[in-house]
Amino acid sequence: MDFVRNFPLFCIILTLFSGPCSMIMSGKHARRLNLFVIGAVGLMSVAVFFNVLDGGSYIYYMGHFPAPWGNEIRVGILEAIMAVFFCIIMFLSMIGGAYERSQEFEESKENLYYVMVNLLLSSLIALIYTNDLFTAYVFVEINTISACGMIMIKQSGHTLEAATRYMIMSLLGSGMLLLGICFLYGITGHLLMSNIKEQVAVIAAGGAYHAPLMIAIGLMCVGLAIKSALFPFHSWLPDAYGYSTVSSAAILSSLVSKGYIFLLIKIFYRVIGFDVIQESRVINVFFLFGIAGMMIGSIYAIKEDNIRRMIAYSSVAQIGYIYMGFGLGTQMGILASVYHIFSHAATKSLLFVAGAGLSECSGGSKKFHGLTGAAFRNRLAGVAFTVGAFSMVGFPLFSGFMSKVLFAQAALEVPGKILATMIALAISTILNVIYFMKTVVRIYTPASCDVLCDAENYKTVTMKTHPEKSVVLIAFILLNLFLGLFSQLLTQLCERGLGMFS
Amino acid sequence: MSKRVPEEQYKKTFSFRFHQWLNGTKDPYLDTVELRPQEEPKQTDEDLEQEAKQRIIREERAYNLEHNAQARLFSKLYRYFAVIMCISLALVLLTGVSYLPKFGLMEHPTNNEVPARYIEQGLQETGAINIVTGMILDYRAFDTLGESHVLFIATCTVLILLRVDKKKERESESNNDRVYEPKNDVILQTVAKYLVPFIEIFGIYVILGGHLGPGGGFSGGAICGAGLILYLNAFGFAKTEKFFTGKTYKAMCFGALACYSLAKTYSFFTGANHLHSVIPLGTPGAILSSGLILILDICVGLVVAGTMYTFYVMFRKGDY
Repeated sequence: MDFVRNFPLFCIILTLFSGPCSMIMSGKHARRLNLFVIGAVGLMSVAVFFNVLDGGSYIYYMGHFPAPWGNEIRVGILEAIMAVFFCIIMFLSMIGGAYERSQEFEESKENLYYVMVNLLLSSLIALIYTNDLFTAYVFVEINTISACGMIMIKQSGHTLEAATRYMIMSLLGSGMLLLGICFLYGITGHLLMSNIKEQVAVIAAGGAYHAPLMIAIGLMCVGLAIKSALFPFHSWLPDAYGYSTVSSAAILSSLVSKGYIFLLIKIFYRVIGFDVIQESRVINVFFLFGIAGMMIGSIYAIKEDNIRRMIAYSSVAQIGYIYMGFGLGTQMGILASVYHIFSHAATKSLLFVAGAGLSECSGGSKKFHGLTGAAFRNRLAGVAFTVGAFSMVGFPLFSGFMSKVLFAQAALEVPGKILATMIALAISTILNVIYFMKTVVRIYTPASCDVLCDAENYKTVTMKTHPEKSVVLIAFILLNLFLGLFSQLLTQLCERGLGMFS
Repeated sequence: MSKRVPEEQYKKTFSFRFHQWLNGTKDPYLDTVELRPQEEPKQTDEDLEQEAKQRIIREERAYNLEHNAQARLFSKLYRYFAVIMCISLALVLLTGVSYLPKFGLMEHPTNNEVPARYIEQGLQETGAINIVTGMILDYRAFDTLGESHVLFIATCTVLILLRVDKKKERESESNNDRVYEPKNDVILQTVAKYLVPFIEIFGIYVILGGHLGPGGGFSGGAICGAGLILYLNAFGFAKTEKFFTGKTYKAMCFGALACYSLAKTYSFFTGANHLHSVIPLGTPGAILSSGLILILDICVGLVVAGTMYTFYVMFRKGDY
């Protein structure tokens, strides 16, 4: 066995181990350790990616015992791409939010934040690689608690309230997921994904225990939908993303919810089997709520007066896109959703970091009135925000355009849902244009006297003020362009990865 | 065709005024409104009272449900929907349970090759007489590794939420329970003096005997933690801090988790690469047996005991 094949284990252990390490370090050292860990995990994941590209997917024992008895993880192309991508986004978000964190945190608690981030990364990596449903649940727990800590470390009334809401909703989701896993275990007698799939195929064909199987599917889908903020369960989202510190908001919106969605894709393909999912009506429910989320998330975003909360509501709409892709119930639909996971993750974190840059030069104001002309005071953040907005709206060249094209192409294969998907895409694009272009026009309108006169805190931020942040913004812009221009490459790899799943 | 116009004349044209308006350089009030420096507003006591009254009225409107039709409607609907949701979820789950295979049947789906191997070969493969311990700390040790980090991160989150780090707040009387300590409750102190050693020894016994009989790190750690909490209640912080502070917890937790991670990395690595592991399983039934399980049990026990105690301390007011 190649040595490289051990890397997923090292990634998980390194990130887990760096949690307790950060606990005994000072904030400054913990920050460096955190960046080092994310970088190391990213590099190792790149090596793993090239290994599976040549050698195909493989199973890795976690211990001395083979699969149904011991634990194991499974590594394929899609998993490796996800791991690399998550590391890149997390690395950039952590650097991009460093200035805000130094302003907002109590110094003695800073190292605890890195404990959270390290363990969050470990849980994401474990969720990506795991081949066992119960292992997935354990790491979902770590994910939930660390995300909660990341919200409330900036201690204000808003974040405490947001963290409480997040905790309640997220635990409801975890509970449903656990119940679903229990039902599945009760009727199949296994926790390992591939073994459950064999048993489920028997049940779906034979008919015994068909009702508990459907209930288990429903519980797991609803649980993960709550955790990833699909439309009717989105109420925890705007406060959690809107008031927490920038890097938390960027990581939560672009990684945490995507981790759960990736777990759901794994459950579709590797646990239940895609044909059984297609036969159950759950995909139609996803389709309906996905479309509703696309509309209503955007309408809330239009009504919002706070730029951070507006970006947060836009997440609700984008999560709706992803679930609409699931709802199409075809391989193409899932592929479009996977691409949208990448595209949304890259764009949303860019928007949060750029939005923070715009607030910084406007005396910390997040209201639209205060942001007038912000793009002239902080030019790079203005450009970056515009790029992000174009991408979300679906302007050609940028990643959002490609994901819309992929959704439209996927819809063409499903006769019953073409019209609904096309109309939903069109209306949602128009709604996106309304609130994003409103913001772009606002930040490029020269500030008149009534804005500037009463604000002594308004200052010009150049690229030299926070060099690391400028680098991050440029990297995000390039990432977006890369996703938009080389989408063919990525979708082909994802297709191969999905093919490896079943 | 264009002609040059003197500036004076140009300033009177419409296009000049339009440009001025567009650029925002023209002040529309200049020459049309009398300009006077603004007077400093003087606040009298009456004004302040008036303001306070209005603030109360505003807050009443916002928070008092009687004036807020939207909130009233929401809270009413919320109650109904909550009840409907709970009942329907319970019904769905009960229906599901009624379809599940009966408990204890031979042909129950969970009665398959997985528990068969645990029961038949568990002793030879893990060296633990207690099969449950063998399962959670050897067969499925990866899950337990995650689980112990769940406890660790839960403590960290509570530390973020409740630890008071600002010196001033920490020293104020209302934020510190130590001022009233020790309480010198004779009954409690006497009972604690005799009970705590036994509780601790029993906890340690449960941890160390995890692979031999019922017990293990999670249950034993909880007993040890409970003993520490009893001691703290009886004798106060001054006594407990002689041997257990926040720093002790950090060091203990770090040591235990690091030990767990390292030990398990070795075992995962050798297992996955089909290498021979040098860790002996020993004779089943002896205290030093069953390979890594004893060490892992001790690590888990330390983390659990520390977590229990730290939770309790964080929910009191005062330094840690």
